[in-house]
Amino acid sequence: MSTLLTQPMDRRGFLRISGLAGGGLVLGTCLSFTDEAEAAAPVLKGAGGGATLNAFVRIGSDGVVYIAAHTPECGQGVKTSMPMLVAEELEVDWRQVSVELVPLDAAYGAQFAGGSTTTPRCYTPLRQVGATARHMLIAAAAQRWSVPASECRAENARVLHPGSGRSLGYGELAADAAKLPVPDAKTITLKAPKDFKVIGRRITGVDNPAIVTGQPLFGIDQKLPGMLYAVFEKCPVFGGKVLQANLDTVKSLPGVKDAFVIEGTSNLTGLMPGVAIVADSTWAAFSARRQLKVTWDEGPHANDSWTGFLAKASELGPQPGKQSLRKDGDAPARLAAASRKVEAVYTYPFISHANLEPQNCTAWFKDGVMELWAPSQRPAGGPDLINEVFGLAKDKIKVNITRMGGGFGRRLSSDFMIEAAAIAMRVPAPVKLTWSREDDLRHDHYRPGGVHFLKGAVDESGAIAAWQNHFVTFGNRGRPGSGGSLSADEFPARFLPHYQAEMTVIDTGIPMGPWRAPGSCVFSWVIQSFIDELAAAGGRDPVELRLALLGDKAVVSTPGERPNAYDAGRMRGVVKLVAEKSGWGKPLPKGRGRGIAFHFSHRGYFANVAEVTVSKEGVLKVDRVVVVGDVGSQIINPSGADNQVEGSIMDALSAAYQELDLEKGRIVQSNFHEYPLLRITDAPKVETHFLLTDHQPTGIGEPALPPLTPAVCNAVYAACGKRIRTLPISKNDLRWS
Amino acid sequence: MTYTLKINGQTRTVNVPSDTPLLWVLRDHLDLVGTKYGCGMGVCGACTIHINGVPMRSCQMPVGTAVGMQITTIEGLSADGSHPLQKAWVDEDVAQCGYCQSGQIMAAAALLKANPKPSDEDITNAMAGNLCRCATYQRIRQGIHRAAELAAGKAVSS
Repeated sequence: MSTLLTQPMDRRGFLRISGLAGGGLVLGTCLSFTDEAEAAAPVLKGAGGGATLNAFVRIGSDGVVYIAAHTPECGQGVKTSMPMLVAEELEVDWRQVSVELVPLDAAYGAQFAGGSTTTPRCYTPLRQVGATARHMLIAAAAQRWSVPASECRAENARVLHPGSGRSLGYGELAADAAKLPVPDAKTITLKAPKDFKVIGRRITGVDNPAIVTGQPLFGIDQKLPGMLYAVFEKCPVFGGKVLQANLDTVKSLPGVKDAFVIEGTSNLTGLMPGVAIVADSTWAAFSARRQLKVTWDEGPHANDSWTGFLAKASELGPQPGKQSLRKDGDAPARLAAASRKVEAVYTYPFISHANLEPQNCTAWFKDGVMELWAPSQRPAGGPDLINEVFGLAKDKIKVNITRMGGGFGRRLSSDFMIEAAAIAMRVPAPVKLTWSREDDLRHDHYRPGGVHFLKGAVDESGAIAAWQNHFVTFGNRGRPGSGGSLSADEFPARFLPHYQAEMTVIDTGIPMGPWRAPGSCVFSWVIQSFIDELAAAGGRDPVELRLALLGDKAVVSTPGERPNAYDAGRMRGVVKLVAEKSGWGKPLPKGRGRGIAFHFSHRGYFANVAEVTVSKEGVLKVDRVVVVGDVGSQIINPSGADNQVEGSIMDALSAAYQELDLEKGRIVQSNFHEYPLLRITDAPKVETHFLLTDHQPTGIGEPALPPLTPAVCNAVYAACGKRIRTLPISKNDLRWS
Repeated sequence: MTYTLKINGQTRTVNVPSDTPLLWVLRDHLDLVGTKYGCGMGVCGACTIHINGVPMRSCQMPVGTAVGMQITTIEGLSADGSHPLQKAWVDEDVAQCGYCQSGQIMAAAALLKANPKPSDEDITNAMAGNLCRCATYQRIRQGIHRAAELAAGKAVSS
């Protein structure tokens, strides 16, 4: 077996570092490292002997420095960037480092990939991990030489004593160092950024050699001895239950080992009811499934449709919202009195994550222990669900984390993990559940659609005098779906004296989940497009009006339950720089245009300018996108960071052309021929600039994405005077003469 | 049924139903998992391999149609990851999630074989059939240009 994720996680590793919790981070929780005194078997398996200094660092006697990657890798680059932080402070050359993805283990604190939180959560703690290990190695050398540790320093995986010219390699010191007390991280000074040798370098992804040679890395690549292959058919109407299935026929088909009904639960993002088929190969399971006939109880949502939802939204929109989100000043009165006002309805559809690696999970239930191999952004979610549904104690559930063929928020859900576990409980062998592409598109946890009913007024100077939004969103059981809830603080709230936002939820049976930059990915389009409409109504330049709207404010915070500080100065910084870098204001011929938009999300400040061409026949081409981002004082890995920005821009453009239809409670689209993703033919040129500011470094998997769609739509307006208020873009007639 | 296949310079024998796509023979029966399942209908390109040097979608090829042909997968593109595209992909840090990249590289390898110095337009045309959900297209383009330079001896891999 050639997988790399099969080491037992019999006992947790440990990290003997105290005082890390908190870490001086601005937001969110830090790694909550366990502070256990006793070492158990280390999680890091390493090779070639050597010694484990903490849960993240093992120095092989071969001189190789093994560093744990504890955060799941879905393409956001943390398997490279996080170990870089450790390596920097450890004073090792990156070429000496071998990175190992470790399983889910309490020793590592929070192990998840979501919300662009890994960098802000780990930037300081992982440097402390490296620094304390370095101190232990220096102390070991000083002891051996009988010199004060203060006379020694570390460089290139060696401890040097400049006074005597002596030096020892880490491999020679590791065993002694591991026996020493761990210094309090708070007493250790971290390196000054000017001395960084690893952080800030363009470093290629640690898995790239394996990726380009086709080595097994992903969840779907897992193989265990005697493994069987499963598919799971769920009702096309979400939550529908199995009434009857031709299980005997299916069981008699070639290669089929078993077929059975899984009753499931009512949790729309958990274990849904369905029929499992277990076979001796993926193809045998796929083939048998074509013969499967299920009679479903489709439940209460069997007549839901997207057109029905839109009709309902049109009816609700002009009425007062069910829930008041925010009411500053008196927007309705200002609107009534205004001479210049704009009313607009912005509509966007449900879309899918469409990870290229379909959902899958391998599970083995043996001797009362459930072991999983899961491409998961939140591996702890599997044990949570399995415990909840089957009552299996969490210490009887092991999770091996695999590389993921895309995350985008889809793999924060754990439905595929509990499905695999439910099947494994009935099968006396390891079993790999593989979803078909059709399963993946039709049983996603979708980005909710939405309809915004906006009214805005401008005064004599063209300034925005009032803003009113009734947001009709979609949800389940009365609550908005994930990413379908507008924050009371969302811009331009707090920047306008007369601002009102209300929300009404339309109930559906559709499972929803976080989609890259949840909420922001669509709200930015609505808000930044409507600002452009008001700029046009007031005769103001889109950049100049935005800067005026941001004003001279500094940090805008809100007391209350959801304080969400907004640093207007940082936003002004990226807006000004993107205007400069994009050549804002330079004339373009008709049919070509520039559009600007900015958005604050996930602690990042981003402004995009898109440059587009719209032909007279209405064909839109995005020629160039200039991005300026402020994610703090340091870019850890510029290569990875540029990748995230380029990917975010194209992901947003791709999404702006996507839509899902719902008919009779079912998703209509089935595969990529009906649900097109952006191809190289439509990929714009992306120019990325980072504005470094004196703030803690923050994440970059998401915040570059939200401003793209409004920047493109605003550019379309500049090019040909057509305002896009409905997504996908393809629904708009962009012809001009 | 039993089929004898020539894969990456080796002869391999499998016993599978005749309608089994080559993709699943490679993945489940021969442990060559570099070739990926993405859509199962030939529209994403993740399963791209070479049949007698021509890029094909292995999810659309029943195993029998590949008998007697030279099958090359990502694992066989070079013995040691030294194909210019493999080096360029590492140098340029092309991959994000990496799932589509073996298909991208196989498509690009066919392009470079036919056209050692492709223009941007040539690249666009040749690569239009391969989806990248992470949208690494800018780096894919750079990677192909760099591989062309490496192959021509005009660049050195880092």
